[in-house]
Amino acid sequence: MKNSRRKFIKFAGMAALGWSICPSLAGARSGPRQSADRLRAERWAMVIDSEKLNDELMDKCIEACHKLHNVPDIPNDQNIKWIWKEPFYNLFHDQSHGYLKDKKSIPFLSLCNHCDNPPCVRVCPTQATFSRDDGIVLMDFHRCIGCRFCMAGCPYGSRSFNYFNPRNFLDDDQLVHDYPTREMGVVEKCEFCAHLLDQGDMPACVEASEGAILFGDLNDPNSDVRKVLRERYSLVRKPKLGTDPQVYYLI
Amino acid sequence: MLEKAIKGSALYWIWLLVLLAVIGVGFGAYLQQLDQGLSVTALNRDVSWGLYIAQLTFLVGVAASAVMMVIPMYLHNHKAFARMLILGEFMAVATIIMCLLFVVVDLGQPQRLWNVVLYPTPSSVLFWDMVVLNGYLFLNILIGWVTLQAERKRVGPPKWIKPFIYISIPWAISIHTVTAFLYAGLPGRDFWLTASMAPSFLASAFAAGPALLILLAFAVKIFAKWDPGREAIQSLAKIVTYALAAYLFLIGCKIFTAGYSMVPDKLAHWQYLYFGLEGHTMLSGFMWASTAAGVAALLILLFPKNRQADNILAFACVLVLISTWIEKGMGLITAGFVPTPMKEVLTYAPSGPEILITLGIYGIGFLIITVLWKVGIGVRREIEAT
Repeated sequence: MKNSRRKFIKFAGMAALGWSICPSLAGARSGPRQSADRLRAERWAMVIDSEKLNDELMDKCIEACHKLHNVPDIPNDQNIKWIWKEPFYNLFHDQSHGYLKDKKSIPFLSLCNHCDNPPCVRVCPTQATFSRDDGIVLMDFHRCIGCRFCMAGCPYGSRSFNYFNPRNFLDDDQLVHDYPTREMGVVEKCEFCAHLLDQGDMPACVEASEGAILFGDLNDPNSDVRKVLRERYSLVRKPKLGTDPQVYYLI
Repeated sequence: MLEKAIKGSALYWIWLLVLLAVIGVGFGAYLQQLDQGLSVTALNRDVSWGLYIAQLTFLVGVAASAVMMVIPMYLHNHKAFARMLILGEFMAVATIIMCLLFVVVDLGQPQRLWNVVLYPTPSSVLFWDMVVLNGYLFLNILIGWVTLQAERKRVGPPKWIKPFIYISIPWAISIHTVTAFLYAGLPGRDFWLTASMAPSFLASAFAAGPALLILLAFAVKIFAKWDPGREAIQSLAKIVTYALAAYLFLIGCKIFTAGYSMVPDKLAHWQYLYFGLEGHTMLSGFMWASTAAGVAALLILLFPKNRQADNILAFACVLVLISTWIEKGMGLITAGFVPTPMKEVLTYAPSGPEILITLGIYGIGFLIITVLWKVGIGVRREIEAT
């Protein structure tokens, strides 16, 4: 009797050890859900056509994004913004001059640039923010310790911190259940709708923009984004910093 | 040796009670912050670090300054520091603990702090800051305790402690260098993006730390009736003078680079600090006070006669602390964030809970200094009585 109990514990122990080393053996599924129509790219990039965008369209893009990602509307300077309007001068002050009178105050869309060389990823002490192989810079909301080093590191002001519990500012009836709400004390930002791409859909702002925002593979010479970047003049924000931003603005 | 901490005069106990009250109030404010998040602070989307991180920056310097006694004593055999060194080491212990607490209260998810260890990330300067701060804390507790115990037993410190003492010298430099690198390596923050960050951090540290030590030594002389030694204090005063000169010189270098090049991205931060931009002038009065206090302190300390008069020396040390605290504890962090990457200008002034939590942590620091110094001085008295 004593001997068999010992054997049983031994067996159970070995099984637990084996499972912990290689969970897939026990049927545990690892990795994210992947759809057969998943959209893939070597390097995702966004091109924003400032000629086609107007105020109304920008509002639509912002609303689509903030609704889809359950971004709370907080009415003070501790707010959350994934994509928002910013005057030309504020985005491109290093590439403008005093006589751009009319252009200066025209609003543009501002969002995370998904840099090729992202300072936020470099400074994060827990790898809670990281670059995917296709260039998308993502956040792990469950690993972030809320140190906000990434916010100091980002030269574009693209990151927001949950000073408040965001759920207090969300309407339960309006929640989108495909995307998690965040908790207090973590940083968040635009994710190029990585979860939509993985399901085979384009990012929400691209869909809402009525063709004013293009999204595609920068490494594919025949992609829409490459074609339009060949044909038209474009800017990126603060190119001299070497972060290599991947949101292009057609002027 | 700890038993010496529980035998003290009425004054000692009243002082501890006052500190405990301050800590209690701060802790209450922290409970509020835990409940409502960092929304109780005045931090925002643009100025995302503030009073807490500024205190970390200032206090890391104070902690590093213990090395200014270790170098003369162990590398140059400057015996004047023998009696006082333990006080410097124990002050380093207290200030490092304050630094770590300021990091913790600044976190949005403090219960996830362990993630920094679970997912070590060498590319992050914050990871290295954690390594060097904890290492320096360990070194000072170890060295302080072992040498004090040896002295109490009237024997020389054990040989094995020597390597730790020597390591503690570059380690002290490293804590302030790495802390400067938190800022100096960020591409979009022109105010911080300068090679002079680490040197100027060290210079202000070696002025502020010994200045605080001198003031605390005078306090000990008055309240504990124990004299750390005139020569030690005079040596520290010289160190403060040199370091203060270097600190002011480096500020001048930074202002020259920004001012003469007139590159707007560099210049705007200095204009914001000293003159204010777009009507946001809250900091400018403080910054002029900081510079004036620093220059006045230098003018006083340059003359040996002033340094030798305890009252004047103490006054100059207060000026040094005011100058460096405003520069590190108020100006440096905010001005790094303003003007923002979008060239917007705003004012950050810490909120009530933020100030209370900060005072609470200072209370903890002073409590630790008081208790450790009580032990250290108690042991010293015991030795000197025989």
